[in-house]
Amino acid sequence: MAEPNQLNSSRRQLLVRGAKAAASIAAAVGIARWLYDPKGPSGKIETIQNSILKGLPDFSIPRKDGQIISIVNGQDRIKTATQAIELLGGIERFVKPGDIVAVKPNAGFATPPILGATTHPDVITAIVKLCYVAKAKKVIVSDNSINNPASCFTISGIGKAASAAGAEVVMPKDSYFIGQTLAGGSLIKDWPVYCGPFAGANKLIGIAPLKNHNKSVASMTMKNWYGLLGGRRNLFHQDINGIISELAMLVKPTLVILDGTETMMTNGPTGGSVSDLKKTNTMIASCDMVAADAFGCSLLDLKPADLPYLALAQKAGAGSIDYESLKPVRAGMSME
Amino acid sequence: MKITTVRRINQVFFFVLFVWFCIAATVGDKFWQIRNWPINWFLQLDPLVAIGTIFSTGKFYWPLHCALGVVILTIIFGRFFCGWICPFGAIHQFVGYISNRGKKAAEKIRLNKYRKAQKIKYFILFLFLSMAAFPSLANSLQTGLLDPIPLVTRSFQLVLLPIFDRGITSNNARFYEYGWLILSIFAAAVLLNLVIPRFFCRFICPTGALLGIISRFSIWRIGKNKKECINCKVCEKACEGGCEPAGNIKIAECVLCFNCRDDCRDELIAYQTIPSLAGETQVDALRRGVLLSFASGVLVIPAVRLAGKTASNWYSGVIRPPGALAEPEFLKRCLKCGQCMRVCPTNVIQPAGIEEGLEGLWTPVLNNRIGSSGCQLNCVACGQVCPTSAIRPITLDEKRGLGDFESAGAIKLGTAFVDHGRCLPWAMDRPCLVCQEVCPVSPKAIYTKDTFTTVRDGAVSIKEIKDDTIEISESISAGKFNTGDYYILFESGSRFKISSNTAASIGIFRSGERSVSEVKIPSAAKAEIQVLLQRPCVDIEKCIGCGVCEHECPVSGTRAIRVSAEGETRSTDRRLML
Repeated sequence: MAEPNQLNSSRRQLLVRGAKAAASIAAAVGIARWLYDPKGPSGKIETIQNSILKGLPDFSIPRKDGQIISIVNGQDRIKTATQAIELLGGIERFVKPGDIVAVKPNAGFATPPILGATTHPDVITAIVKLCYVAKAKKVIVSDNSINNPASCFTISGIGKAASAAGAEVVMPKDSYFIGQTLAGGSLIKDWPVYCGPFAGANKLIGIAPLKNHNKSVASMTMKNWYGLLGGRRNLFHQDINGIISELAMLVKPTLVILDGTETMMTNGPTGGSVSDLKKTNTMIASCDMVAADAFGCSLLDLKPADLPYLALAQKAGAGSIDYESLKPVRAGMSME
Repeated sequence: MKITTVRRINQVFFFVLFVWFCIAATVGDKFWQIRNWPINWFLQLDPLVAIGTIFSTGKFYWPLHCALGVVILTIIFGRFFCGWICPFGAIHQFVGYISNRGKKAAEKIRLNKYRKAQKIKYFILFLFLSMAAFPSLANSLQTGLLDPIPLVTRSFQLVLLPIFDRGITSNNARFYEYGWLILSIFAAAVLLNLVIPRFFCRFICPTGALLGIISRFSIWRIGKNKKECINCKVCEKACEGGCEPAGNIKIAECVLCFNCRDDCRDELIAYQTIPSLAGETQVDALRRGVLLSFASGVLVIPAVRLAGKTASNWYSGVIRPPGALAEPEFLKRCLKCGQCMRVCPTNVIQPAGIEEGLEGLWTPVLNNRIGSSGCQLNCVACGQVCPTSAIRPITLDEKRGLGDFESAGAIKLGTAFVDHGRCLPWAMDRPCLVCQEVCPVSPKAIYTKDTFTTVRDGAVSIKEIKDDTIEISESISAGKFNTGDYYILFESGSRFKISSNTAASIGIFRSGERSVSEVKIPSAAKAEIQVLLQRPCVDIEKCIGCGVCEHECPVSGTRAIRVSAEGETRSTDRRLML
């Protein structure tokens, strides 16, 4: 009795084992098929892709003749910045109820506001408050700083001013950069650009201090967009004029503010001493970056011809150097 | 509540507190950031930190006063620090408990018996203390290598938290060189609990050894309150110290876990003011072994110093954080705890390897390739958190040479040197100048020597000049010269800035009134395309060695401008200036 039973059981075991073996073979073949790569690696450098982030949209608004650029003289940045926007038709022209506004200051360095290397917190306060007056849904303030971002936002006072006025301050993260290519450009090709914090925004306001800058001669509203570049962006110093003019094509802001209340005349763009600054008591608001920067030259005792990137940007259609032809609206605040 | 439950609650509490202080060692003003959290509290409690620095410096640095409390309480109560407070001890106890849970009582008793090798920790202690004790021969503080509080602080701050804190306490990844070595030692110490519970505490821990010696005269101690006992040894089943409470207790090994008191069904074990009625043995370290380890310790540092790393053979890559003491003094105080490396907002402070000699392992050095931007001008965080003042708590005024410190000048960490073989404007005739731009001092320490150089194959012959355009006979690369850095030089000596170029023509910027066609150029004249190079030079009087230039240099491998420690203000023999 025992022997046939054993035989039966071993036959059953064999069948079971056979079935398991077949399943294992099938699984091995299946996995091999699934992962099969007939080509091998292409050797192409992977670029940064992000399924959620899109590039920077066009944030600009339609032009109105006679309300393209305004120049206000005065010392109190909150008053002059508010007045400069008023002269262009008021904040309601730029910010509609429910808008999400991104503000790009120059927060490149961890230096205090008194040294003028970064956007002055008062201008941030003025602009953020104005946006909320126009019933903006949210205001985001962000920059991809050169020094440690958290230190930059703290020491420059920008972080505190922005938060106090109700804006959200966003610090850079690796995931905020996506590869961008500028159509018709030769430098911005698959280059990581800081887009993350501006995703979802429909307005963009650039706020720049007015500074001397050795390589590019002057750092103003267009140079401010350099902060959006990621990667080893310093390579672009080999063609600083080219990259600034390409940035002027890539970024189409709603409005730019150029703060010439105190101009950094020497030792830029870091400064480091109050003796590098000169009181020039001017605030510029403009829908035309090239015009704003062309005017800014005069505060640095320069001519627009001293800045090759202005001509390049004008040629690329980013704006016009001849700001007088745009009939700037001017005003002077009483010097209290 | 049972006393062992109270002990467990204590251990969990202090462990959580320790992790919290590690997280809070972050610059910022949020509630969980540094503010006024006493992030060094565990280091300050550690009696080996205090006694080690007393041996090495001859002084009791005031923030370490908490350690005196631990010493006094240990004299009264025994090694409560090991069993109740030490976060590393809590980890060992937990891992040991988990790995031995299912074992039979006899097996547990075998694991927790006293071993002669437990003497080794005393030898380690004497080795370290004698390394620190003889300044006339050469001394340095090496306790931090194995002192459990610096060890566990370093492991959490430089390895465990950075692996997990991305996006939580820092937006981007933090980097620490030699993290693998720090983790290996931490992991080895933790995994050895699988072999013998509290392996590190029993065999290695020099702080435990120190407390064992201090607890010699403790008023209260664990021991048997009756002589008679069935000798079931259940009390030794979960003994954390391996001190054998059933018999002649090795009192210096007892970490006051109270498991024996809890496990004895007949309540024969008590925490009492009389020595155990079954007898008590004091610190069981051989006199010969102690003498030997002491003698070795005396010789170790002088032997290491033979390499000359604190003398003329010093390594210029060792750039210490701002406020660091002169090298021999620094080595007498640095615990290698990693607090400065953790708090540094730019992540530039790194644990050193053995480049500057064995003594310097894991001491803080600046690596400008790591981190976000060299040593930030307006930051003194590292000195503020240093528990032993190896990096002094300097003010911003002192760092920058402002106010009262104007005559002393700014603190220099070293000096930047331009590598003319790698720098784009110096070696490759390409415009760059990032280093000058980011130099944070005023006036800038980096200035330029501006030179016109003819580019490769830059000789051209003029065909025709029309308005602002020059037609040339040669074929050049279209668009190559339109960056604003290029010029055309005529034989007559006049030079014009190029605005753009095609393969056969060159456009010129009209400078003011003068246009290029007004310059009288003979037909078929020769000209040269030149580049205006702003070549960076470092002013050694102004350079503070902050390293932001090195960090930002676009030559991304070996940078074309690099800081090395020559010129650092903390020493006189490394200076450059007269």
